[in-house]
Amino acid sequence: MATIDEPRTRRPFRWHIAVFLAPAVLVYTAVMILPLFGTLELSLFRSANGTRTFVGLENFRTLFLDPRWSATFWNALWNNTWFFIIHMLVQNPIGIALAALLSSPRLRFSAFYRTAIFIPTILSFVIVGFAWKLILSPLWGVAPNILDLVGLKSLFAPWLGKEEYALTTLSLISVWQFVGIPMMLIYAALLSIPDEVIEAAECDGITGTAQFWKIQLPLILPSIGIISILTFVANFNAFDLIYSAQGALAGPNFSTDILGTFLYRTFFGFQLQIGDPYMGSAIASMMFFIILAGVCLYLFAVQTRLRRYQY
Amino acid sequence: MNGRIGFALLVASSMPGAIGIAAAQDKTLTIESWRNDDLAIWQEKLIPAFEKANPGIKVTFAPSAPTEYNAALNAKLDAGAAGDLITCRPFDASLELFNKGHLADLSSLPGMENFSDVAKSAWQTDDGKATFCVPMASVIHGFIYNADAFQQLGITVPATEEEFFAALEKIKADGTYIPMAMGTKDLWEAATMGYQNIGPNYWKGEEGRLALLKGEQKLTDPQWVEPFATLAKWKDYLGEGFEAQAYPDSQNLFTLGRAAIYPAGSWEISVFNTQAQFKMGAFPPPVKAAGDTCYISDHTDIAIGLNAKSANADAAKTFLTWVASPEFATIYANALPGFFSLSSTPVTMEDPLAQEFVSWRGKCQPTIRSTYQILSRGTPNLENETWVASANVINGTETPEAAAKRLQDGLDSWYKPAK
Repeated sequence: MATIDEPRTRRPFRWHIAVFLAPAVLVYTAVMILPLFGTLELSLFRSANGTRTFVGLENFRTLFLDPRWSATFWNALWNNTWFFIIHMLVQNPIGIALAALLSSPRLRFSAFYRTAIFIPTILSFVIVGFAWKLILSPLWGVAPNILDLVGLKSLFAPWLGKEEYALTTLSLISVWQFVGIPMMLIYAALLSIPDEVIEAAECDGITGTAQFWKIQLPLILPSIGIISILTFVANFNAFDLIYSAQGALAGPNFSTDILGTFLYRTFFGFQLQIGDPYMGSAIASMMFFIILAGVCLYLFAVQTRLRRYQY
Repeated sequence: MNGRIGFALLVASSMPGAIGIAAAQDKTLTIESWRNDDLAIWQEKLIPAFEKANPGIKVTFAPSAPTEYNAALNAKLDAGAAGDLITCRPFDASLELFNKGHLADLSSLPGMENFSDVAKSAWQTDDGKATFCVPMASVIHGFIYNADAFQQLGITVPATEEEFFAALEKIKADGTYIPMAMGTKDLWEAATMGYQNIGPNYWKGEEGRLALLKGEQKLTDPQWVEPFATLAKWKDYLGEGFEAQAYPDSQNLFTLGRAAIYPAGSWEISVFNTQAQFKMGAFPPPVKAAGDTCYISDHTDIAIGLNAKSANADAAKTFLTWVASPEFATIYANALPGFFSLSSTPVTMEDPLAQEFVSWRGKCQPTIRSTYQILSRGTPNLENETWVASANVINGTETPEAAAKRLQDGLDSWYKPAK
């Protein structure tokens, strides 16, 4: 094939693109990118006799090799992972199920249910933490009384105060709060499936549950992927709920300590503990790398393999 | 037009300040503080009393929110905009200000002789050579009890540990009251109202605390492990679900009359006085055997110092000397029952519960919380670790020995006592 020398038409530089992008890029750079690099930079320093000295990766070496720091770090990372696992196993399936129910044309008052389930999402963490602390309180809470009414009082335990239950309890509270988000996203995805596809399926005799598994679920898989990655990012950045319900020491015995509370205690200090912004930045950097790794894994390994359907 | 009016207003608004300085026969002192709860007491009682005695000096009390105080104060001091008088947090926070040159040395201030060494220890350099704040108040630990409940059950106030547990057992057997109102959810209750409350009787107050600082004693020694062992026994006498019981829950349990004994700090007095509908009494931490010397935690909590860059240092020193006087002590202690004057001269107080607390100073040896001075400077932080350990021991998830060993190992990892 012969190459044809096209007369090179010099296109003028398209300034409008830069102009339209500028506000977002500037704001995003100022409030997100610069602080991010500032944190990464800060993690390479240490305070020695009141002055800031460059120590390279020394803070990370302390974080991973010092037995105390590393024990706290791995404990926080594992707790965070468990927090994420509960969300993936409970929040997202329930969200999908609710969306499937809501999108059923025979369901009455669906707008009411949708709103009611979504409302906790817009509540403040502080309110959610406080309300659930009261609900589950062994002294004044309604939980022990309700269990008593159905004769299951023996099942009640001071969940938030027990090492073995506290983190799972808090994860479930968080699930309660945020189940509205996957529900809404999946609901939107379900609504966007054209009626023709559904009707064609019905003509082929696929109805009811089979229709959901064979037609709708494959079509909403990309949305489920997005929800998973959003859950991952939100969970590994979580802090507020634990802090408002359990305090910065994430008791009992650090059993609810996640990376966010570990970072807070280290960076800002707590009670007599004086804050260490350098170690704090090292932890913040690790959180960034963990989230980055998770997101990359998803983008390159999962999303590229998802099949998309055009309708 | 509008702009011009605005400018005129701006000029006018800056004038009174200028006039104020020009006519400054009166010197004005500003107090920085985190005690915004005390604003009324300062404005209505303390400042008028001082101004009456010292014409020519005006005082303004300018508090900020407790959680913002340290950060706000540091920023103001760095900018040179802080007030003349600085309310001091105990130990390292204030020591840091002194080391940075923000607080003046007050060792030779007239009136300082009114305070004991323990009272001053929270606002001294490690070697005790320089004192930089005038101690104002301390809080005392002990137990507050429901006197009506004690009378109803025929319990006398326990003096020894044996009597204490016998009383708890009796209350438990009767079943009307929860024997003791304390929870482990917030962790610090277990450490502050538990370990630091009963501990001094075991480690003999200052003797043990200073030996720990010097490295002569370890947290794994029997006198430091035993308080944990005693705390572990409390478990059976706390309310159902105490693991999830928070500090306000404990306060409410007691003031609603549902619990008989409350491991307390004296700061509870004014709250309890307004909320509880029954007669209350107090007893110091029980000793091991009758006749033993008793030790109490009389923890230095609040003091006041001089901004090293104050333009009115002389007037400020006059004020500080007044703060060190018995007159100030009397007004302060009565306005805030439960915050006790650290002055060596006894102060007459009207509140019976506060009187009971302060009377222990006469028969018991005072000390401060063992973890506050020097030992909480490093990582891991001994105070925070003690919170977690005390809660674990009461919850029964860690043995007293294991908890003590963990604390000592943590301390050893960074603290090298000067030999």
